[in-house]
This record gives sequence, structure tokens and C-alpha cells, in this order.
Amino acid sequence: MLSDTDLQALWLTLRLAATTTLILFIVGTPLAWWLARTRSIWQQPIAAIVSLPLVLPPSVIGFYLLITLGPNGPIGHLTQSIGLGTLPFTFWGLVVGSVFYSLPFMVQPIQTAFESIGDRPVEVAATLGASPLDTFFSVAVPLALPGFVTAGILSFAHTVGEFGVVLMLGGNIPGISRVASVQIYDHVEAMEYAEAHRLAAVMLIFSFAALLAMHLWRPGARKEV
Amino acid sequence: MDTIEARFELGRPAFSLDVDLTLPGSGVTALFGRSGSGKTTLLRCIAGLERNARGRLVFKGSVWQDQHGRIATHRRPIGYVFQETSLFPHLSVLGNLDFGRRRAARTGRRIALDQAIELLGIAHLLPRKPDGLSGGERQRVAIARALAVAPELLLMDEPLAALDLPRKQEILPYLERLHDELDIPILYVSHSPDEVARLADHIVALEDGRIVAHGPLGETLARLDLPIQLGEDAGVVLNTTIGAIDDEWHLSRIDFPGGSLWTRDRNLQVGRKVRVRVLARDVSLALDEPGRTSILNIHPAIVEAIAPDSHPAQLLVRVQVGKSRLLARLTRRSADQLGIRVGLPVFVQVKSVALMD
Repeated sequence: MLSDTDLQALWLTLRLAATTTLILFIVGTPLAWWLARTRSIWQQPIAAIVSLPLVLPPSVIGFYLLITLGPNGPIGHLTQSIGLGTLPFTFWGLVVGSVFYSLPFMVQPIQTAFESIGDRPVEVAATLGASPLDTFFSVAVPLALPGFVTAGILSFAHTVGEFGVVLMLGGNIPGISRVASVQIYDHVEAMEYAEAHRLAAVMLIFSFAALLAMHLWRPGARKEV
Repeated sequence: MDTIEARFELGRPAFSLDVDLTLPGSGVTALFGRSGSGKTTLLRCIAGLERNARGRLVFKGSVWQDQHGRIATHRRPIGYVFQETSLFPHLSVLGNLDFGRRRAARTGRRIALDQAIELLGIAHLLPRKPDGLSGGERQRVAIARALAVAPELLLMDEPLAALDLPRKQEILPYLERLHDELDIPILYVSHSPDEVARLADHIVALEDGRIVAHGPLGETLARLDLPIQLGEDAGVVLNTTIGAIDDEWHLSRIDFPGGSLWTRDRNLQVGRKVRVRVLARDVSLALDEPGRTSILNIHPAIVEAIAPDSHPAQLLVRVQVGKSRLLARLTRRSADQLGIRVGLPVFVQVKSVALMD
């Protein structure tokens, strides 16, 4: 069946996707709330930047991150000066890359969910004595819950399927940056088609299951909103 | 100090609000006008929901907004009932009621949750989700939710507008109970003359973001110079007392300052105070005391004022009956033939009155 290195790659992929999704929830939720509610002139430019990974080749994202996070990049200088070394070719380097790469998949469903709530529930909460922060957690988040579920599944699945950014930013280090998609690439390069088949099948089944879960959730979501 | 001083300016591309008024600190004040007249915007300004409104708002001596800033909506001791359903769909009815009550860390709680539940008759709905409620039930819950925060000021934005007639009839009695049983001021936005006549003590009439009239209901409705577009519904409201019951003919006599009217008996006790509405179209004038007529209610009166009506064929005539005033709708031709003029003694015939309770 799957070899140890295959399992190692799968485990690494899951860890990467879980960590990325968690960080994206924390970073993406306030960003989505701001994008959904602000009337600032920065709304459109920021929304465009968030969407960039949808259209940019992953290698371009990876390239810029490599430069920025590398020993001569601004972030690289910072991480070195606080004793973290440089991020490329480490697990956390991959996490940073994945967060950028999957950002639109987290922000857009949540933003859409927040927008569909409208101003009214927020105003109602204010007239009932709830502060803005209180309103966010007690009204906005519960009402946008279907959007959070969609965003979580999409971000997780999208990070699992990531290839170009990882290759540019993490290389191909077993146990550190050799995720499942890279492992499949290696199998094919080495003409190990049987191994590639097995791992590819695992990925296919996982992706299907994730999307199925999302679509099964949706009818309930429609009823609730 | 027991008043609400409100001065607001708000400019939007196709609309501007510019008002400066002092509202009474008790009773129901109706903000009345057509859609687009600015009544909802004014209510939202008072709630602090219009961020761009400049002005000054002093509620019973405490400043809620002035040039230095404003108190955020969630810190104002208000209850707000929105026009359409505004219940939180993710909470049960009880959860909705509790939402505000738990956050109302306000002293001098005048209305307990139980009282609000009882007042609106929604005890049997508590465990249900808003999804499964009828429009009327939802709006009753929304009103109870606004009361459960123990507000010092209740703001209601056309709470009946989204409902059909039977649902309106279902809720109106509850609103009248609010009026009778609560001692907090209520600002009530409406474009329905009928609701205003039933519920309001004071009226503020708005048009194009400006105030065109405000004052006690009875006086204001009897004014002829108002551009209030009551149309067919022009008329006055009288506060009356049931004076006598005639069992034989199933009539009751309602007394108002300076006169009385017979109307169909509705099983109301003698001494009960009732508000009645007399529409101008139900009042006619005669120069001589009518002899053989089917109309029961005939009073001597003096013509006080004459004004054009909504249709060029008609006039509105205000007459004084004792200490009260009635409006009569006449055709110009009749007025001309009878020689109706200010100061003329006439007889008013009142065909019907509408009891509001």
C-alpha cells in the first residue's frame, strides 16, 4: 500500500492544511468583516489584493514570497534579527505561503455571508444594547455560519491541493516540505506509476469528499438564512 | 426637563432632513407623513443609527448628541421596533427576548420580561423559532423584545406596515395597551391616519424632511391650514366618556366637552373613556334645525373657518360645538347656496362616529 514516505507526505499535507486553515480563520474573519461593512475607498483595492492568488500563477506567488522571506528580503531581515532564521525551506515558510495562496478561499465566502446578513441585524443588536464586538460574535458570526463552513472546507482543500507555491518556497525536503502533491510529482518523475496512482487516488477521494460535504451542508444553510 | 429636544440636519443626494422640535416626554407621539417625508430617518437619528446626522438631542435632560459627539446606539436606553421582521433567526423567541434583557444593565427597570410577555400575549410562542411564526406573531415578539430592555424611550417604525389588515387588527389592541399601561414616551412612525387617530396623543407631521405641523392630536387634526394629506380621512378625534346606555335601542351616549353623540352600543361601561374619530365626510351642515331626519346627532354650532379640500368641488368647514371642534365636508355648491361664512350659526348633523377602542 502506501509507503512510509507517502504517509509522511500525507501527514505533512494534513498538518499544513490544518495549520493554514486555522490561521486563515483568525486572519480572514476580521478582514472579511471589514470588507463586507466598510465604506472606505480602500475597500476595492484591498479586495483586489485578496483575490490576486485566484489569478496569479502559484509560481509567481512563490517567487515573490521567496524573495521577501529570503535572507535579503525585508521579512527575512526581520525574522533573522529576532532569531528565527529565514522561513523558506521550513514548515512555517510553507504555512506563510499557503495562507497567502488560500486567502481568497477563506475571505470571499465569509465576506459574502456577512454581506448577505445586511445592516439590519447589526442595527437591531445595537438597539438591544449590544456593543459592536458583542454584535460581531453574538449575531454576525452565528448568522454567517454557513459561510464559515464553506470557507473552512475550501481553504483546507485548496491548501491540500497546493503545488507550485510549495515547490518554489519549500523545495522538496522529506518531512519538512514534501507534501502529497509534490510526492506524486516525484513518483511520476521516477516512473513509479503505481505509487503515483495510489497517492493520487487518495487525493481524489479526499477532494471529492470535501466538496460533497460542502454541498450537503448548503440546503440547510439556505433554510437558516 | 421632561421633554425630548431634537434638532437634526442630514443631507443625502435626493433628500435632506432639517428638523428642530421639542417632543413631549410622555404619551404617544406620532411622526406622520407620506413615504419619503423623512419620518423614519428622524426616528433613526433619535436612535443614533444615522451616522452622518448632525445636530443635538437631549432626552429628559441628558445629552445624547451634540457638537462634541454622540452616545452610541447601544448605550442609549431605547427600545426600537423595526418596520419589517427583525427577529434573529438563529435564536428562539425566548432567546430573542433575552438578547436585549441580558444586555440591559440599566437601572430603574420599569418593565420586566414577564410583563412584556404578558402584555403582548406571546407566552405560548417562547420555545419556537421565528421561522415558524406568522407575521403578526413576529411583530408582537419584536415589540416585546424592545420592551424587555426596559427602555426609557420606545421608538416604533411603522410596526404594522408590513402586515395585512387582520394582522393589524390583531396587534392594534396590544399597542393600545402599551399606550395605557406604560409610562414611557413612545415615538410612533406612521403614514396611516387611522393608526394615528387610535394611538397618538401628539402628532408631528413631516413633508420633504421638514416639519409642517406639530402639537396635540385633537388641535392639530382640526387645523385647516395643514398640508397634511389626509384626503378622504380628514376628520377630528374627540376624547369622550360613555355617559349613558340606552338598552331599548342599543345605543350609548358618548359625552365630549360641550356636547354628546349617540352611537351603537358596544358593551362599554358608563364612565369608560373612549377615543372617537369623526370624519369630515360624515358631518353635514344645515341652516335650520332639521325636523324629520334619520340623523340622531344634531347640535347647534358656529362656523369657525373654511378651507379648500383635496378636491376642487369640496370645502372643509370647521365648526365649534360647545368646546369641541368638528370638521365638515361640503360641496362648494352647497356652501354657496347656504351662504356658509365664518361666524354663521348652523346645525351640524353627525351621521356616524368611529370608536377607537
